[in-house]
Amino acid sequence: MKKAAKIISLNPEQYTNYSSKDLSKVNKPPDQISRVMSDYLVAVAEHQDQEAFAEIFNYYAPSVRLYLLRNGVDASKVDDIIQETFAAVWAKSSQYDCNRATASTWIFTIARNKRIDAFRRENRPEFNPNDPTFQPSFFESGEQAMTVQERAVTIRDALTQLSPEQREILQFSLFEGQSYTTIAIRLGIPLGTVKSRARLAIGKLRLALGGQGEDL
Amino acid sequence: MSIQHHIHGDLLLAYCAATLDEGASILVATHLALCSDCRSDAEIVETLGGIFLENATTNQKQEKSDQKIFASIIKSHQSTASASSKSSLDSFVFPEPLRSYIGGDPDELDWQPVGGGIRQFLIKTHDSQTTARLLMIPAGKRVPDHGHQGFEATLVLSGSFYDRDSWYRRGDVSIADSTVIHHPAAGPEEDCICLAVTDAKLKFRSPLPRLFQKFHGI
Repeated sequence: MKKAAKIISLNPEQYTNYSSKDLSKVNKPPDQISRVMSDYLVAVAEHQDQEAFAEIFNYYAPSVRLYLLRNGVDASKVDDIIQETFAAVWAKSSQYDCNRATASTWIFTIARNKRIDAFRRENRPEFNPNDPTFQPSFFESGEQAMTVQERAVTIRDALTQLSPEQREILQFSLFEGQSYTTIAIRLGIPLGTVKSRARLAIGKLRLALGGQGEDL
Repeated sequence: MSIQHHIHGDLLLAYCAATLDEGASILVATHLALCSDCRSDAEIVETLGGIFLENATTNQKQEKSDQKIFASIIKSHQSTASASSKSSLDSFVFPEPLRSYIGGDPDELDWQPVGGGIRQFLIKTHDSQTTARLLMIPAGKRVPDHGHQGFEATLVLSGSFYDRDSWYRRGDVSIADSTVIHHPAAGPEEDCICLAVTDAKLKFRSPLPRLFQKFHGI
């Protein structure tokens, strides 16, 4: 515990001096950091590696905080949700599959679910891959043509190719938790336009990954 | 058998962002259980969420409270083996998460007649915006002509139905909005069971179903 407390106070400049892990990568672009974080998550799962967990916490806690604040979570509750999120990251690390999701994606879904648990009266049902009626895909073993890291890089690039109007719908919806009606009012545009921008944006990302651009 | 009719991108985005009503979320999640194409789309959206999280790291600094939060996570962390629950193999019509909402197989449910031999089972949610219901349409039977004031999404769970020049089978989703007037018909092979989610009352064109509607809260 002492050791971890020390790690948390590391500032970014000190990262490069920290030799026990390959932290020099931390100054690299986000997709490479994502790869490092994915390794850390596996280290937490396999060895209960507290230092790796500290790195994950240091990197993601500030952006999870911003995510919660943008979603309108009361400032007095934010710390609690951050704590629940990262306690779950550790507790569920053994369920993390680095061939199925990047660390960022996985942590995003946990933060989202913790936010809903705390503040949404309605449930958000999810499918259960262990259910006997679940229909697995041909590729579901993770043997896709691209690795998840490559897919994330492709999505990141495709995101920059979207129009600013499409990108802001994605941001408002996913990162700020706003309903399409709220977004329509905020932007002063019809609800149908918000939905069609969302649809077009998702279609373009799907196209970038080799899928179809149109909704089926 | 591959699924032909899918969830649209806007619905999927709202589901992944957790801004979608519970009723519609049941439909999306149940479709996802049956459709790997849309699961792959959901993965794109969640990856996007991760990217937004990464982008947000650049301008964010640590708060003083972070250190305290970290310390208490370490303190309270105990490795606990989570018991995995086994699901029963008997029930194939309703995939999770729908089955948990319904609590039984089709023949155990308290179906309510809604006219024309069609029966419904209302699904209880905390959602006041949308209504989620199961519909059982007898084989070969037509649903009366109707339009919508809002949005209607229908997911086929067993049997099939024919609507607007397309067949919909298990896992397929049909989406209709206020511009659509239709009268889908169940396939002749067996009764069709589907999950229908609406966010406004249906508008039947002839008076008899409208009268029925009054009594049965469709």
